Amino acid sequence: MELSADYLREKLRRDLEAEHVEVEDTTLNRCATSFRVLVVSAKFEGKPLLQRHRLVNECLAEELPRIHAFEQKTLTPEQWTRERRK
Amino acid sequence: MSASLGRAAAALLRWGRGAVGGGGGLPGVGVRAASSGGQAEQLDALVKKDKVVVFLKGTPEQPQCGFSNAVVQILRLHGVRDYAAYNVLDDPELRQGIKDYSNWPTIPQVYLNGEFVGGCDILLQMHQNGDLVEELKKLGIRSALIDEKNQDSK
Repeated sequence: MELSADYLREKLRRDLEAEHVEVEDTTLNRCATSFRVLVVSAKFEGKPLLQRHRLVNECLAEELPRIHAFEQKTLTPEQWTRERRK
Repeated sequence: MSASLGRAAAALLRWGRGAVGGGGGLPGVGVRAASSGGQAEQLDALVKKDKVVVFLKGTPEQPQCGFSNAVVQILRLHGVRDYAAYNVLDDPELRQGIKDYSNWPTIPQVYLNGEFVGGCDILLQMHQNGDLVEELKKLGIRSALIDEKNQDSK
């Protein structure tokens, strides 16, 4: 199965019940081996950063071994609203 | 302050070049020799041996990946010099072993006081939101950024 930003976006949205997901292919030539993701989910509420990132890592456990570089940002809906006001 | 400077200098001697940059492998660690059952204990001892422990691709002097470099630079910004750094590129078993140990799929990995803190993203966010200064304080390490801030406000 081919990795793509769309595929990752859908998977994160579905499994983490995310209300907003951004996935950017950060590979220079867009060869889909490096990604930066932003996940906004109510599931993150009350969880420290490490646990939030673990949720994302678990969600993409199958895919991560094939991803060379992976950056993530995890926000609750409330944090996301605040972030957008900045 | 002078006491912590002294500590930092002593640690620099301990870790500078020799152990950190180190040519090849982890002499004292014995990860390679350990059976898979014993590896977790070996790594447990390793991450608890020093207050600040990082696993990098490359060395603090020559990081081989942007994320490892970011970790090195963040620690440098905070004036943290006496940390133990292990180059996973020198040791494939350590590279996989530390991922299994922390149940974390990527390198770099940062440990404070024997506890897994996270990778580059988490350290960066802790740096940005001020948590890192607090966490270092708990370890008795005064972040250099505090002094910088004080100077700014004068």
